[in-house]
Amino acid sequence: MKKRFALCSLLVLLSLAQADNQVATLRGSAELLDTAQPPAMADEINNDQRRVRDYPMAAPTIPHKIAGYQIDLKVNKCLSCHNRLRVADSQAPMISVTHFMNRDGNFLADVSPNRYFCTQCHASQQSVKLLIENDFISMDELFLKAGASH
Amino acid sequence: MWSRFMSLLISSWRVLARPASHYSLGFLTLGGFVAGIIFWGGFNTALEAANTEAFCISCHEMRTNVYVELQETIHFSNRSGVRATCSDCHVPHEWTYKIARKIQASKEVWGKVFGTINTREKFEAKRRELAEHEWARFKANDSLECRNCHEFAAMDFTRQSERASNQHSTALASGDKTCIDCHKGIAHHLPDMSGVPGWE
Repeated sequence: MKKRFALCSLLVLLSLAQADNQVATLRGSAELLDTAQPPAMADEINNDQRRVRDYPMAAPTIPHKIAGYQIDLKVNKCLSCHNRLRVADSQAPMISVTHFMNRDGNFLADVSPNRYFCTQCHASQQSVKLLIENDFISMDELFLKAGASH
Repeated sequence: MWSRFMSLLISSWRVLARPASHYSLGFLTLGGFVAGIIFWGGFNTALEAANTEAFCISCHEMRTNVYVELQETIHFSNRSGVRATCSDCHVPHEWTYKIARKIQASKEVWGKVFGTINTREKFEAKRRELAEHEWARFKANDSLECRNCHEFAAMDFTRQSERASNQHSTALASGDKTCIDCHKGIAHHLPDMSGVPGWE
């Protein structure tokens, strides 16, 4: 009984240490009750250069500033350039046709409400140091590897 | 009542029409001059006091709605510390137009007294109408209050983003568009924009 208790408490302590470690990685050296000094705000990349997507269905990242863009029930600033009727004037890429489909796959006349809030999937980018290493392996790399082994 | 008023009017006219018998011409001229300075100075001081941010946000209608929205924007907080406050954009700087706008603003006093927008709901219901007044004013004066700081001739297109310089060197340069045509909602939240050109 004693042994089991000791083992249990050891496990709990270990997992706590593990959890503490993980929290510390994200928070830096700030104590739990302190507020960490946030990193300086970086400028959004604003060069209008399209970026490659890691897989065909990936939501493209936004290659321009969107600071202060209003997206709410009243108005959607993004759509004032990217909506179907606006692209002739703005010469911006039109939102994908999938954005006009409702959940049953039927096409609507205007943007589907479930695709209305652009920044749920699309994000502007900043050139900053990565917080954690990205070990994402793209489909193309997988294909290359698969090709090499066959 | 009426006859008493008339007799008062007539007697005061007689005083004014008679040459002064006790005061020298020098006193009256100088006195008039000094009084003129005081009245004119006082008038302009009061006018300028009504142009300050503190005056605008002394009413909760401005302080809790549009002023809060302004604080999020670059016109309020930026790296170089240049701030555009209410009157910089909403009151013409030139005297004649300023007076005209101030007279127009008497309607706003009426609105304040009768509580036209004294709740958030009432303000939201009126937001489109109020915004349209300002858009119309900016459109009519070729966005003069923007241009008081953002002079077109002083713009360096090479320091602008490609998209911005494209638009400014074509639509803005030709006079086809003015600032407010594209830059609606830069200092305050937008109302429901359905039906506004450029927001289809």
